[in-house]
Amino acid sequence: MTIDREKLLDIYTRTMKVARFDEKMRSLLMSGKLATIYYTMRGQELVTSAMMAALNQDDYLVTTYRGQHDQIAKGVPLDLLIAEIAGRVTGTCKGKGGSMHITHPATGVMVTTGVVGSGLPIANGLALSSQNRKDGKVTVTCFGDGATNIGAFHEAMNMAQLYKLPVIFLCQNNRYGEHTAFADHTKVDSIVTRAAAYGMKGVKVDGNDAVAMYQVAKEAVDRARAGEGPTLIEAMCYRMMGHFFGADFSYMPPEHIEEMKAEDPLPKLNALMLEHQFQQTELDAIVAGLEAELEAAVEFAFASAYPDADEIRKDVFEEEIAA
Amino acid sequence: MSDAATLDAKAEKKAKVKQITVVQGLNAAIDEAMATDEGVILLGEDVGAKQGGGVFKVSSGLSEKYGDHRIRATPISEQAIMGACVGAALAGMRPIAEIMLMNFVTVAMDQIVNHAAKLRFMSGGQTNVPMVIRTTTGVGVGFGGQHSDMLEAWFAHVPGLKIVTPSNAADAKGLMRSAIECNDPVIFIENILCYGLKSDDPGTDYRVPLGKAAIAREGSDVTLITYGRTVLDALEVAETLAGEGLSVEVIDLRTIAPYDEATVTASVRKTGRAVVLHEAVRAYGTGAEIASRLHEALFNELKAPVQRIGGAFSAVPMASVLEQAWIPNKDEIAGAIRTTMEWKR
Repeated sequence: MTIDREKLLDIYTRTMKVARFDEKMRSLLMSGKLATIYYTMRGQELVTSAMMAALNQDDYLVTTYRGQHDQIAKGVPLDLLIAEIAGRVTGTCKGKGGSMHITHPATGVMVTTGVVGSGLPIANGLALSSQNRKDGKVTVTCFGDGATNIGAFHEAMNMAQLYKLPVIFLCQNNRYGEHTAFADHTKVDSIVTRAAAYGMKGVKVDGNDAVAMYQVAKEAVDRARAGEGPTLIEAMCYRMMGHFFGADFSYMPPEHIEEMKAEDPLPKLNALMLEHQFQQTELDAIVAGLEAELEAAVEFAFASAYPDADEIRKDVFEEEIAA
Repeated sequence: MSDAATLDAKAEKKAKVKQITVVQGLNAAIDEAMATDEGVILLGEDVGAKQGGGVFKVSSGLSEKYGDHRIRATPISEQAIMGACVGAALAGMRPIAEIMLMNFVTVAMDQIVNHAAKLRFMSGGQTNVPMVIRTTTGVGVGFGGQHSDMLEAWFAHVPGLKIVTPSNAADAKGLMRSAIECNDPVIFIENILCYGLKSDDPGTDYRVPLGKAAIAREGSDVTLITYGRTVLDALEVAETLAGEGLSVEVIDLRTIAPYDEATVTASVRKTGRAVVLHEAVRAYGTGAEIASRLHEALFNELKAPVQRIGGAFSAVPMASVLEQAWIPNKDEIAGAIRTTMEWKR
């Protein structure tokens, strides 16, 4: 399989933006400059960058609490995102959502949910609106392997295939559902086998392989836009840290973590870039640019005010409530 | 018959207002909304023409008219129905979810409570969920424990949801139009026992505003606050008590949340006495909330503590004799009103 250099550079830039952001968030949390719940996506950076590189900005995304990589890769501006995570009024959601509930319709991020698996039925609805209106948009919903055991997954898969909705179910199989390993929560070897139960096209792919991941993503997007219906993608990746940042992850066997390091998408992507005749200096300059953008975003977030207390009465209903 | 007499009879016939049932009122409201706005769609089990326009025929004829992309018959998948409506609403459509019986909303609670209700707030007002959740229920048809619950108090406890229930066909039509046009999620509770009730047709483009109660009968001695099917019982009891010289004001809330505090408080301020009546289980019900609000607002003006009447604290039983014992009856309503009238400090 081949990929054009421009697209590869696009995927690289999105991936590194996610990686730099994640590192920064962890350092802010560790230094006590930021206090919030944070679910690191370390190890899953590439899978989503390749997916989002196959979408248009106005395509819809529904993701989960471990979804900051999805949002960044989709294009949510770093300053608004970090301000939201820090609970500031300048954040995407005026500080009322937080890292688990990011919404940013300008880049198509319609829902980020803290309820495992609940995004899939909502993604169907966004896709259904596109089908009825013939607006040509595709909806992607991201979730982990753990989400595939809730009822909503099965109901949504059946309905999507029944109506041939322009929706892509992107399972980022990171091998853990909270603190439980994949084999201990799911009795099939592979999530993608479940697509067959709904007559749906399912594709399993190495989510750490930029070229393969982009090809699979692109094909699914093309199928959806052509009215050929949904695709379940099972992208194999690794969650390299615990369920949430700071949580104990001694339940993850050390030898498994070593195995994960060998699959780390970041050095693999860097090597792939060099293979495609990019210069390391060129790549370093991109990362330096991202660093500057990130620093400015952090500065913006921390310089922003907290929301006023009367925000509690706003946005409950369209009209402000009295009590 | 003279020519003049014939003409008079014709005019009289023409002037006679058409009557509609609650089912026809709901159907007409959805039909009018769909004709006006392409974004109005209906999803539910059996709602298509092939399946008969829903178990209670509310969507009868609509899929023939608007096609099966707008009237979508669904699998038995309440979470998927609800989630699809949430998603379509986020994209700016005005979906209606038909959940055949109110007990079945329990399997879709996540989508209602965590998503439909909260997305406007959690997104800081960037998105909203203009959807209607239509559902039906009712005690008195022998459906037993899992097909008869009135769960409005659950939803009234969740910020972000509006809850509506009509007691007659004209209100059903007008409230449904308003619910579809509302930019927030609305839970629309239809009582099976009310489906056949007839009212004068209020005509096309008729709307009853959400959040506004109706004074169903004026009175001066005591205010009886209720909603849904029990409005009928309340009116009957008020008529009986009028024969005994008691003047009962009956309020039909129509919208349970947001609560029309102004109308209810003004009425109770006038009468000095109040009884709250509902079909839902009495314990922890909306009656408790309304009674408490009245006590807070009018403690020094009340001539008696607010009474409340509701269903028994058990699952709704099937056997008719038990079902009738479960639901508040007219004697209980009259008894509560008399207790209120006889109260001495």
